[in-house]
This record gives sequence, C-alpha cells and structure tokens, in this order.
Amino acid sequence: MLELKDKLVLALGERDGIPAPAIRACAESAGGQVVYNVTQCFV
Amino acid sequence: MTPGVEPVVRAARFALAHAPNLVFAGSKPRRELAQRGRDLRDRLRAHLREFGAAVEYPPAQVMLGNLAPEALWACPRPWHRSPCAGARAEGPAGVLIDEPSLHAWLARGDAAKLVTLADDYAVELAGRLDGVQVATRPHARLEKALTEGAEPLHGPGDRLVGLVASGHEADEALTGAVVLENLAAKVTGALALRRLLDEVRPEEPVDFLLGSGEEAIGDRYQRGGGNLAKAVGELAGLRGAGGADVKAFCAGPVHALIVAGALVRSGLYRRVVVLAGGSLAKLGMKCLGHLAAGYPILEDLLVGMAVDVVADDGVSPRLRLDGAATLRLGDGDAPHQIAQALTVAPLRRLGWRLSDVDRFAVELHDPDVTEPAGSGNVPANNYRIIAALAAQAGEIDRADMPAFERAHGLPGFSPTQGHIASAVPYLPHAIAGLTKGPLRRVQLIAKGSLFLGRMTTMGDGASVVLERNRG
Repeated sequence: MLELKDKLVLALGERDGIPAPAIRACAESAGGQVVYNVTQCFV
Repeated sequence: MTPGVEPVVRAARFALAHAPNLVFAGSKPRRELAQRGRDLRDRLRAHLREFGAAVEYPPAQVMLGNLAPEALWACPRPWHRSPCAGARAEGPAGVLIDEPSLHAWLARGDAAKLVTLADDYAVELAGRLDGVQVATRPHARLEKALTEGAEPLHGPGDRLVGLVASGHEADEALTGAVVLENLAAKVTGALALRRLLDEVRPEEPVDFLLGSGEEAIGDRYQRGGGNLAKAVGELAGLRGAGGADVKAFCAGPVHALIVAGALVRSGLYRRVVVLAGGSLAKLGMKCLGHLAAGYPILEDLLVGMAVDVVADDGVSPRLRLDGAATLRLGDGDAPHQIAQALTVAPLRRLGWRLSDVDRFAVELHDPDVTEPAGSGNVPANNYRIIAALAAQAGEIDRADMPAFERAHGLPGFSPTQGHIASAVPYLPHAIAGLTKGPLRRVQLIAKGSLFLGRMTTMGDGASVVLERNRG
C-alpha cells in the first residue's frame, strides 16, 4: 500500500488513463502534497 | 430569416493525401531527426509506404467507405499484413490522392505565393497543376533558399522537389514550416469539401462553412486568428458562403456539428458544412514505435473532412440536438466522469438506455498505429468505460461487458489525425446504416485535451446523437 501522507507528489497523468487532476484529488485526500501535475495526451 | 426546421446530417466525405515525404516534417520526426540525424532519416526512409500500400491498407479502405468498420474485427492484425488487393483509391466516403497530387494542390492553394517547385518537378507535375501558375527555380537556387530558412519539400530518395518560404522574415508565426502545415490543412479540407459538393446536391448553395481543425492560422499579432473555413471555401470554388472556425482541440468537429445543427434549427441557414483539414504535425507521431515493431511508417496520411448539415429532408439521419452534450465546467474529466456527462446523461434525457444506441463512435484511432508506441487501443479503452457504465446501471451483467463492447463499439480505423479521428470517421457508415441499413441510433463522442495548451488542466468533450429519420 502506498503511504502518501506528508509526501510530496508529482502527478503525471494521461488523458486516456487517469488524468492529473484525478491523481491529485486522490493524493491530496491521502494527505500528500501535489507539487506538480500535468496530463499527457498521446494521440 | 425562414423558420427553422430540424437539422439532419446528409453526407460526409474524407480526402486522404498520401504524404510519405512529409513525415520528416511531422513534429515527432523533426525533433528526433534534429537529435539523431542521418541514421534515423535513413531508417525512416526505408520504412515509408508506397502509394499502393497506403491504398490497400484495410483501415484506409474503411475511411474511403469501401469496407465496413466491422469487417476489421475479422481481419488479422497487424492490418498492413492483410492488404486489400486491388482496392481503389476512392469510394463512397472519399478519395485518396498521391503525394505528387498533394504537391500540386499545395501550389494551387498557395494564395501568398510562398511555394516554389524545382524546375524539373514542375514539368513532371504539369498535368496535375492543370494551368496553375507556380514559381519554379533550379535546384541550386532552392538549396540556397533552404540555407535561409525555407521549408523543403522532398520526393522519393530525398529528392528536393520544392520549398515553402516563410510568410515574413521576422515572424515566428509565419515560418516556412508553419505555412506548410497550414497549407496542408487548407488543401486537404478543400479536397474534402470539393468531393462533398461534387457528389451531393451541387446545385444547392452552401450558406455557411464551419472550420473545426486544430491548426493555428495567423501572424505574430494574432497567432490563432483562424477562419480557415473561408480560405478552404475559396479554394474549393465556393461563392456566397460565410464561414468561421470552432476551436476545441480534438472535440472541434463534434462541437461544430452541434453548432451547425443549431444554425439550421434556428432558420438562419439551410445548408452548413462542417469541415477540417489534416494535421501535418501528427505525421510520423508514433514512428519510433513502428520502427521498433518492424512496421511501415503508418502515419503518412493527411486527412480532410467535410460534413453536410441541412434542413430536414425526410431521409437523412436526424441530428438530435436534444441529445447533445458538452463537458461543462465542474463535470470533472476522469474517464468515467466524461462518459457519464457525454454518454449517459444525454441518453437518459431522451429516455434511452445505453443499449438503445446501436453504435457509439468514440475516438477511432487505428490501434495498429497506437499500440506499438505504447499508447494502447484508444477506442477499446473508451468502450470498456461505456460498457462498465451500462453494467453499473444494471442494463447488462458484468460478464456481458465484452459482448456489449463488440456489439455497440467499433474497431479503430482512423489515421491519428487528432480532430479527424474523433468520432467523425464513422459518419459515412453511420449515415448509410441509418438510411439504407438497419441502424436506428448512433452517438458520436469526442474528447479534447485542453490541458495541452497550458491554460487549464481540464479536458473537454462533446457528444451528439444521430437517429434514423421518421420520413
């Protein structure tokens, strides 16, 4: 299990996978601090 | 202004331009070649397709309307190893032209006189140029212009066949590379528009043109000024039509279909054509994956489109504006949230179940293009989400999800041309199925990656429903 509380998080998302805002929401709800988030689109 | 009537989608046409030597000008190849040089160029060149191979490629035959998309389910992959022998370069859904013809069209569409052809190449193209005036120069002069920043045009074996000059020596928005990219969009859009109007009610005037591509037309003061629609209409020989562009990344065409439908419904216009040109920047986007897999360079096709939206004719599929949806601020853009907003919610408004829709047309990227590059099977991923929502809503059991995906989904077949791939390649087949065939309802769903422009972290999307006419 990944423990994110008080960790710094880089959220690298993919549009057709999990976009960065969704990763950020999960990480922040687990107590992490998202310091960078970007979504890539590969098509 | 005459009273409005319900809009219908009467026809759609695609113009595919085989452009193997423009692959080197695609964004990814250009960047990779700048770092890796001659060796990569030689490897790419060795894997370029001949025109015949592009014509016989099964997904291209689907784009032209000679093959149903569903026929690809039974076709062994990778599809380039199952060519359609003897296939034609045109069909009910459009036409596929060769690269010399594209070069001639670039010259034809060159309003600012920035295209120059090599003397000897212009002689070879004479038949295709058909009297169009184009500047020509000997090779030595072309080579000199290249050292001054012009963008080269190559033929087989790296033969220099011409160049595109910059539109202004001190304007980053008008470099030769940008002008070429925009010209490629302009001419492929015009080819599709011309094909549509030659085949579908040529005597009926077009009131308005809606551009929906992802190019940026402008100069240093207005880099995205736009309205390529009017330039396309001019090149296609139209008179009397107005035009504007709808800009929404890959969701542009579906957004534009909704706008076109609303324009017809309002009574302001009776015939609106939604159009778009191809994306030169996306040529060769997955080339490294194709080289690694031993595939030919499959991303060598520029694609333009034109879609005819008119007042109800009693025959053509109805464009159900009451089934239109866009991804609104606050909807969220995780895949299931997008599917909820764009697929489920509009169907519920119409009182339909998901299984009441015969086909969902999502982003229809050819998986043979995307999978070798690690980008997965984009349509399949989208259909998995839709099937999951159907299971969640209790319409189907979880075990029935694969069957639902196969029955209501489509194999991907579109070139990875961004906005072009987003649901609209299915339109010719949808129209045929909803008129002569057995289909009753089709939903078009497109997504837009707004976050790429760095002005927001949001995504976007749009969807609309087509339904068999009651007439």
